[in-house]
Amino acid sequence: MYPASFRYLRPATLGEAGQLFNSASDARYVAGGQSLIPAMKQRLASPSELIDISRIPALSFIRRDGDLLAIGAGTRHADVAASAEVEGAIPALATLAGLIGDPAVRHRGTLGGSIANNDPAADYPAAVLALDAVVTTNRRNIPADLFFTGMFETALEPGEIVTQVAFRLPRRAAYMKFPNPASRYAMPGVFVAEHAHGIRVAVTGAASCVYRASELESALAERLMPETLDTVTVAAEEFTSDLFASAEYRAHLVKVMAQRAVTSMLSSRHG
Amino acid sequence: MSTISVEVNGERHTAEVEDRTLLVHFLRDHLRLTGTHIGCDTSQCGACVVHLNGKAVKSCTMFAVQADGDSILTIEGLSRDGKLHPVQAAFQEHHGLQCGFCTPGMIMTAVDLLARHAQPDEALIRRELEGNFCRCTGYLNIIKAIQAASRAV
Ligand SMILES: Cc1cc2nc3c(=O)[nH]c(=O)nc-3n(C[C@H](O)[C@H](O)[C@H](O)COP(=O)(O)OP(=O)(O)OC[C@H]3O[C@@H](n4cnc5c(N)ncnc54)[C@H](O)[C@@H]3O)c2cc1C
Ligand code: FES
Ligand code: FES
Repeated sequence: MYPASFRYLRPATLGEAGQLFNSASDARYVAGGQSLIPAMKQRLASPSELIDISRIPALSFIRRDGDLLAIGAGTRHADVAASAEVEGAIPALATLAGLIGDPAVRHRGTLGGSIANNDPAADYPAAVLALDAVVTTNRRNIPADLFFTGMFETALEPGEIVTQVAFRLPRRAAYMKFPNPASRYAMPGVFVAEHAHGIRVAVTGAASCVYRASELESALAERLMPETLDTVTVAAEEFTSDLFASAEYRAHLVKVMAQRAVTSMLSSRHG
Repeated sequence: MSTISVEVNGERHTAEVEDRTLLVHFLRDHLRLTGTHIGCDTSQCGACVVHLNGKAVKSCTMFAVQADGDSILTIEGLSRDGKLHPVQAAFQEHHGLQCGFCTPGMIMTAVDLLARHAQPDEALIRRELEGNFCRCTGYLNIIKAIQAASRAV
């Protein structure tokens, strides 16, 4: 289906992108377009201006800086998956990027687009939360714990552009995803990270928004073993039920994916 | 409307397009390159896969204006001097198609995957075909064809 008409704009810099947004009537940024364009084709989104930020060079980089790994918002999933820098710093993050969708989606889709979109079943939000990341925009820094605010909702204000995400290098980490058999989105995905200051466990694809599973975090803080979770109950009340899985089944899968993640991280050197 | 200049299968085209024109519609309706198919409305089936600057992308999930200045390869641009590309030949040889609807996308995805992985095993090929649906073959012969092509390329 054809999307509704819009005016296409391709700024060369971040500053120009922000100005275009301010002078537009009902603009949206487009990066990889792998979430926004399908939505426009379904006419779930009909911006009057489409501001293409995917050609802004300053948004595309991968940089290790001490115990932080900074990735530009415009970096494509395929480039994160194939990056030796990411593989060396946080292998679980490279793995996660390589599990998103399919190769064609990974060639276009970007980190910034994924977290700005905050699909309840998207993969990157789990990494951002579990790796205690800081999201930087053209206006400010936002800690991961304050970034994801609800279903398709974030702390971003109108016109604000994510420029980079700085992930904290964990001692060890692993991501386990049970892919939805049709869409390949997480159903669910669990990211477990052991940091110097504690364990962080983030769950996506279970509830209406990615969240930190405090009951799993406190159990694993006592003993970082998969069996520790045998006796922990994952509450299903807030979970999604749909034709693919009931809330109870999702709760079961959250525990199994968390256990597999712990098994995997214990057998790896780090991250 | 925007004026775009794209190289398609080695030939430069300058055209006036509506901004909302999807790349796949530009290829099919403006350039009459109808080898690239449209199999869904949800970016899931992969019948529309082409190469953008050498990488497989879904041409139904980007706008033609976004490809301004870029280089595109479609199924029509694969053969050389009247000879099928080795992946095309392998699909023919190993019966990697029945109705043929998914085939252009499958082949463009296969060429992309072989550029990144010289000797893929079956599990890797299945993973790489995640975004390409075939309703006829059951995939088995597609996988055989891609493996045979990896030995031939
Ligand atoms: C077939 C298919 C399968 C998929 N499977 C998965 C999967 O398994 N897991 C998964 O996580 N995702 C999946 N996706 C989604 C994919 O990862 C998208 O690439 C991603 O969600 C959005 O990134 P994008 O760059 O394409 O953003 P776009 O579609 O361009 O934009 C999405 C939203 O983010 C905004 N935006 C984009 N960049 C920025 C920025 N820098 N700052 C502020 N706002 C911005 C846009 O305005 C828009 O509202 C799939 C998509 C498809 C089509
Ligand atoms: S037509 Fe492009 S993915 Fe189906
Ligand atoms: S051969 Fe018919 S859809 Fe694949």
